[in-house]
Amino acid sequence: MSRLLDHQRLTHLQRLEAEAIHIMREVVAEADNPVMLYSVGKDSAVMLHLARKAFYPSPPPFPLLHVDTTWKFREMYRLRDRMAAESGMTLLVHQNPEAIERGINPFDHGALHTDMWKTEGLKQALDHYGFDAAFGGARRDEEKSRAKERIFSFRTATHGWDPKNQRPELWNLYNARKNKGESIRVFPISNWTELDIWQYIHLNDVPIVPLYFAAERPTVERDGMLLMVDDERFRLLPGEQPVMRSIRFRTLGCYPLTGAVESRATTLPQVIQETLLTTTSERQGRAIDKDAGGAGMEVKKQQGYF
Amino acid sequence: MSTAPAYVVDDLVARDIDAYLDSHQHKTMLRFITCGSVDDGKSTLIGRLLYDSKMIFEDQLAALESDSRKQGTQGGEIDFALLVDGLAAEREQGITIDVAYRFFNTEKRKFIVADCPGHEQYTRNMVTGASTADLAVILIDARKGVLTQTRRHSYLCHLIGIRNIVLAVNKMDLVGYDQATFDTIVADYAAFAESIGIAGFTALPISGFKGDNITARSPNMPWYHGPTLVEHLETVEVLASVDADKPFRMPVQWVNRPHLDFRGFSGLIATGRVAVGDKVRVLPSGKTSAVTRIVTLDGDLPQAVAGQSVTLCFADEIDCSRGDVIAAAEQPPEAADQFEATLVWLDDAALRVGRGYWLKLGTQTGSATVQQPKYVVNVNTLEQLAAKTLDLNAIGVAELTTDRPIVFEPYADNRTLGGFILIDKLTNATVAAGMLHFSLRRAQNVHWQAVDVGREAHAALKEQKPAVLWFTGLSGSGKSTIANLVEKRLHALGRHTFLLDGDNVRHGLNKDLGFTEADRIENIRRVGEVAKLMTDAGLIVLTAFISPFRAEREMVRAMLPAGEFVEVFVDTPFAEAERRDVKGLYKKARAGLLKNFTGIDSPYERPEAPEVRIDTTVTTPEQAAEQIVDLLLRRA
Repeated sequence: MSRLLDHQRLTHLQRLEAEAIHIMREVVAEADNPVMLYSVGKDSAVMLHLARKAFYPSPPPFPLLHVDTTWKFREMYRLRDRMAAESGMTLLVHQNPEAIERGINPFDHGALHTDMWKTEGLKQALDHYGFDAAFGGARRDEEKSRAKERIFSFRTATHGWDPKNQRPELWNLYNARKNKGESIRVFPISNWTELDIWQYIHLNDVPIVPLYFAAERPTVERDGMLLMVDDERFRLLPGEQPVMRSIRFRTLGCYPLTGAVESRATTLPQVIQETLLTTTSERQGRAIDKDAGGAGMEVKKQQGYF
Repeated sequence: MSTAPAYVVDDLVARDIDAYLDSHQHKTMLRFITCGSVDDGKSTLIGRLLYDSKMIFEDQLAALESDSRKQGTQGGEIDFALLVDGLAAEREQGITIDVAYRFFNTEKRKFIVADCPGHEQYTRNMVTGASTADLAVILIDARKGVLTQTRRHSYLCHLIGIRNIVLAVNKMDLVGYDQATFDTIVADYAAFAESIGIAGFTALPISGFKGDNITARSPNMPWYHGPTLVEHLETVEVLASVDADKPFRMPVQWVNRPHLDFRGFSGLIATGRVAVGDKVRVLPSGKTSAVTRIVTLDGDLPQAVAGQSVTLCFADEIDCSRGDVIAAAEQPPEAADQFEATLVWLDDAALRVGRGYWLKLGTQTGSATVQQPKYVVNVNTLEQLAAKTLDLNAIGVAELTTDRPIVFEPYADNRTLGGFILIDKLTNATVAAGMLHFSLRRAQNVHWQAVDVGREAHAALKEQKPAVLWFTGLSGSGKSTIANLVEKRLHALGRHTFLLDGDNVRHGLNKDLGFTEADRIENIRRVGEVAKLMTDAGLIVLTAFISPFRAEREMVRAMLPAGEFVEVFVDTPFAEAERRDVKGLYKKARAGLLKNFTGIDSPYERPEAPEVRIDTTVTTPEQAAEQIVDLLLRRA
């Protein structure tokens, strides 16, 4: 990445990397108590790698926060703990105590599961630690309402987002001044596409969860989605029997809510090849965007979803 | 859907992914904006670019087709605008109200498109989109020709310094692909462009809806021989490569100090290039050193170029911190504290002349005041008009003064060291975008006169620590009464004091000022400066002014060394102050004989964290005075 081309013209990935690093350093210089949200997915992997680059030889001067739902894939927990140790950063794991107490799970509670564990859990964690700036790995190409969100995106004291009242963001000047109670979500990889993420992982050997590569895994097919039976908590319906299939995941979340694709791609170039030739967009594997018609994500964000 | 895209990538992806990745890895990036009037078809054009570059997936396409039938404006055909108009509110209104960013690739480049809104009240979003763009696509509806909005947007793009302008004459399908129509519009636009100093532009006849001349040459317009839109976008020069050939400048973002043996300076190189061994100068101090290492996680670099984020190490232990600029030693930029600049006002609350705003330029932040604009530009007629202030969306030229030297270059030479934002100190809103033209000679020639007997010497002789006791509160709240008692006690204790009273100052120093908001700001600024001079002379200054605006009180606080400003809030409820009405002013104001009276038709902004708060409903003036004197003595 850092080797310049002969004619010293930066490639798009070099420009995107430099922009993300610049944003991270601005936040560290201007925020009181920043944190990096870490979901263990491929975007989080790139974010962590960029943070290590931005502050090298210092370790990134903020902790990692994993808002855990207890329902992630086991391989995600393994990589999470390894990466926290390797980066020399503090890992904070937050699980919503109310969700634990009420036994909220993806099988019985549908949308409430995401709301309690992720949306409420995130708010609780940010309030608890008093973080005033939280890095997130959202990209503008993911979803329509994200395309209009600023890189420094302000949240009210109750974590709401007001899309009509965003600060103008000029050049690479970021106004990080907050009013009392406000906090900032910062999206350093806003301008990256899914292909950029994959290419960056490829060029920099960024460690990612093995679930992104195809392997024989136990699956059931349900409502048109291929689900992986990752542990004994998976509730099989009458007549359902796990079947071994060669699958991989394009995006990772709670395992009972995350659809796999059948694939033989076992190397990164093969994964990228499939991604480019595929005909379904990235978030389709997740059930979350389908609520509330086309405006699903915008409504969730106004309520405080990251 | 007329023609197939000219840059089908699928083939290479399927055949040889490594070759494809290699080519993708070497792509450059172009950022551009699209702007035009409300119905010129911006969203449709962008939707078309995404569609033709296969950036729309099948599930999105299915959703788009069903949305097009339900909400579309194209009679059931695919309405590409639905793909990009993201927010629920604007989908209902059928207009793009906020700048949206989109991405697509061709074989040669990655593109980031800022989709900019067309109607007047959202100019601020257009300026936002334009500020990071290498190129602007100005859309014109072939049926309507050059409109006021076209002129406004072109002027803004030119103002922001976009050198590559594309005039896309859209909806050619609706004028029968007529060459004469196209030629007339181009001639109209050329005359206008020349009048505002746009050096050149590229005109293209297109149809975003039908796909003519977007990625493939249109069979409907054989008379057109130029490039397609995408061909043109693939070949224009990007800003970053122009910046590489300028002198080296890097604003310092952060000092990297993991342990005692490493001290590095992190930043994004704004212009030029730097190599190990290069002599550099740190501004504004002017200290020089040489670069010993360019540090990255992937190993040290021999050199680096504009657009890269790096960490530099120096041969010498010189002072360097956030806000400083590292520059080529022999070609440093200058520093100044008075400038002329163009401002684009972005906030609902108009500019307050004389008020302090935060100015952020690169990594430097200072306090800045803006003078009355020299003129504002009517963006529809491009006339220069006189103005007292800048309202939302106004563009004007004005002089600014900063409270410290700012390292800068003219915006035309360097966007990073010439572009700045102004931030309201109370609401924290970004209220203006600015572009510096030049520093004023005043700043270069008026130097601080170095004096041998300094403020410490004055204070030492008086055996006291200077301070400003700033009394604020409603008219008739008891400020002058208490201040007077405090001064008497301090005087009795042998302290050297001076009381600046609001009414008295208005008889002399400030007799030219009235009671409008602007005059009140200037009144306080002058009193602040006088109080500061008196503390330089070693005095304890007491001031009794309503000083209703928080921003001005904070401005005075910022003028003084930390700890010397003591804000005393004489907190008398409005009803109580009106009941007392010592000078009969409330009665006059109620009768409409006094305009802009604080508490009646002009606001009083309560201090948020005053050093002292006196509740006059429970504290007598004598008790208050004792309390304040105690605090002052404890402090010394």
